[in-house]
Amino acid sequence: MAERVEEPIKYDTVPSYPGELMGTGQRALPGDLVATRVPHDSPLRTTPLPPQNWFQKHEALIIGTVAVVIFFVAWQAVGSARIVSRLFLPAPTDVIEAFTELVKDGELAQDLGYSGAEFGIGYVLAAAVAIPLGLLLGWYPRFRYALDPFVTFLYATPRIVLLPLFIIWFGIGMESKIAVIFLGAFFAILINTTAGVRNLDAHLIKVARSLGAGDLVIFKTIALPGSVPFILTGLRLGIGHALIGVVVGELVAAQHGIGRMMAIAGATFQSSKVFAGLFCIAAAGMLLTYALQRLERHFDAWRPQR
Amino acid sequence: MKLQARDVVIHHRRQRYGDMLLAVDGATMDIGEGEFVAIVGPSGCGKTTFLNAVDGLLPITSGTLTLNGRPIDRPGHDRGMVFQQPSLLPWRTVMGNVLYGVELLGLPKGEARAVAKRFVEMVGLEGFAESYPLELSGGMQQRVNLARALAVDPEVLLLDEPFAALDAQTRETMQHELLRIWNQTRKTAVFITHDIVEAVYLADRVIVFTARPGRVKEILKVDIPRPRDLRVKRDARFVEIETRIWESIREEAARDTLAATA
Repeated sequence: MAERVEEPIKYDTVPSYPGELMGTGQRALPGDLVATRVPHDSPLRTTPLPPQNWFQKHEALIIGTVAVVIFFVAWQAVGSARIVSRLFLPAPTDVIEAFTELVKDGELAQDLGYSGAEFGIGYVLAAAVAIPLGLLLGWYPRFRYALDPFVTFLYATPRIVLLPLFIIWFGIGMESKIAVIFLGAFFAILINTTAGVRNLDAHLIKVARSLGAGDLVIFKTIALPGSVPFILTGLRLGIGHALIGVVVGELVAAQHGIGRMMAIAGATFQSSKVFAGLFCIAAAGMLLTYALQRLERHFDAWRPQR
Repeated sequence: MKLQARDVVIHHRRQRYGDMLLAVDGATMDIGEGEFVAIVGPSGCGKTTFLNAVDGLLPITSGTLTLNGRPIDRPGHDRGMVFQQPSLLPWRTVMGNVLYGVELLGLPKGEARAVAKRFVEMVGLEGFAESYPLELSGGMQQRVNLARALAVDPEVLLLDEPFAALDAQTRETMQHELLRIWNQTRKTAVFITHDIVEAVYLADRVIVFTARPGRVKEILKVDIPRPRDLRVKRDARFVEIETRIWESIREEAARDTLAATA
């Protein structure tokens, strides 16, 4: 039984469709608001937006880049004008010079390797322990009640204050830094993972139960995939905490590393070297955060783009 | 009898008040093989609670509730529930969501996919198999919800106000669609709704619940031949049945208001 459906009148601007202005006999110009009867199978049922020009397409990137360029030019101008002593504020060119020097004598590679190793070990260990523990804390309320006081205590305390203890326990080598990095990243990941499991949609659990799923199956098919976005957020936030651990740990006491290099440079008024170190750490943080954001977006494919 | 309830009493646990509320107080009914039954009643009369008990999600306090003579005490694949909220797994596609229940049956992968595909097509979503729930309209989400329940091939289909959250036009389309799909499967169906027209349009019999605590107040046979077109809603016989039920519920709602203000 095929019902006859009156074609709907669709009001829209039809940029490249030379229709007729209703009843007037005049031809519509591109951009005119015209009412056209659009057949069901016509591609015109969706009207393309007017094409964007190059600037409109990359607006955010262009404005951002220009702002950064202006900033560096201004900085260079202030630095070159020698309003402030080079000891306090080196110009960008001085920083680049210091940076190339650090690269040339191999100091930077060694420090980066050392700090990177600390970061890598501490962060991966934190993720490996915090994700399973967070899932358990979210899933078993009684387990959570037992551990909550400890988690709250340690989360509320800046983990850096534990550094003196760690130096006593692990010495001034890599181990004490790994411990600080571990604790830094650990809580961001743990708390987000727990929140992910606890914020599960009760309706979904009901559906799974109705379909005959047991606890283990619900955990695997609902709790685990449902907490992935939260876990990734925790991992992303953990990067920042871990980097703080790297730098502060090495500033206090260390034998090698970027933080150590910066501490020495600072103590000897080599501010361009301090800036070079600062940019290295900032670059590392931005790169890692970017990678995690990409990963988050990959797992968020089901969320419509805003 | 397919589904039998004898003096079913259910207490519903209220988290917020920390008490057990008497939701259903002695519901008795017999539902036959292949029958489509709608349960209507004033809001809060315990009809959803009753359906949850039939699905095995809630325990009953006393009475007996049996499916094919076996007491119901847990959820099972012999019943499929279509919830009021679509409750789709947002990280799974339409296909993945319909597949979900079939996977839990433990069918081999290829076979499970074939089954899921058949039901995605049956609810008219073949063009959206790879879409995610959040990209779909409310009506389409409920189609997935329905396909998911049907895909496990239950003996009884339970529907808890599945169209309540849809706009009027979509609701009518879905009612028509439901009958079309039901005609293909002819499964025993229990449909909860507060929409009397919907109940009369869909069901072979309409069961009216009293105000809380819910009991079966009366059972009306809808002697309107199938297949039913949406135009049947304008027929004299239809309106007659509808009015009877409306008056019956009106009475209950008034009683409930009096009780609440007494």
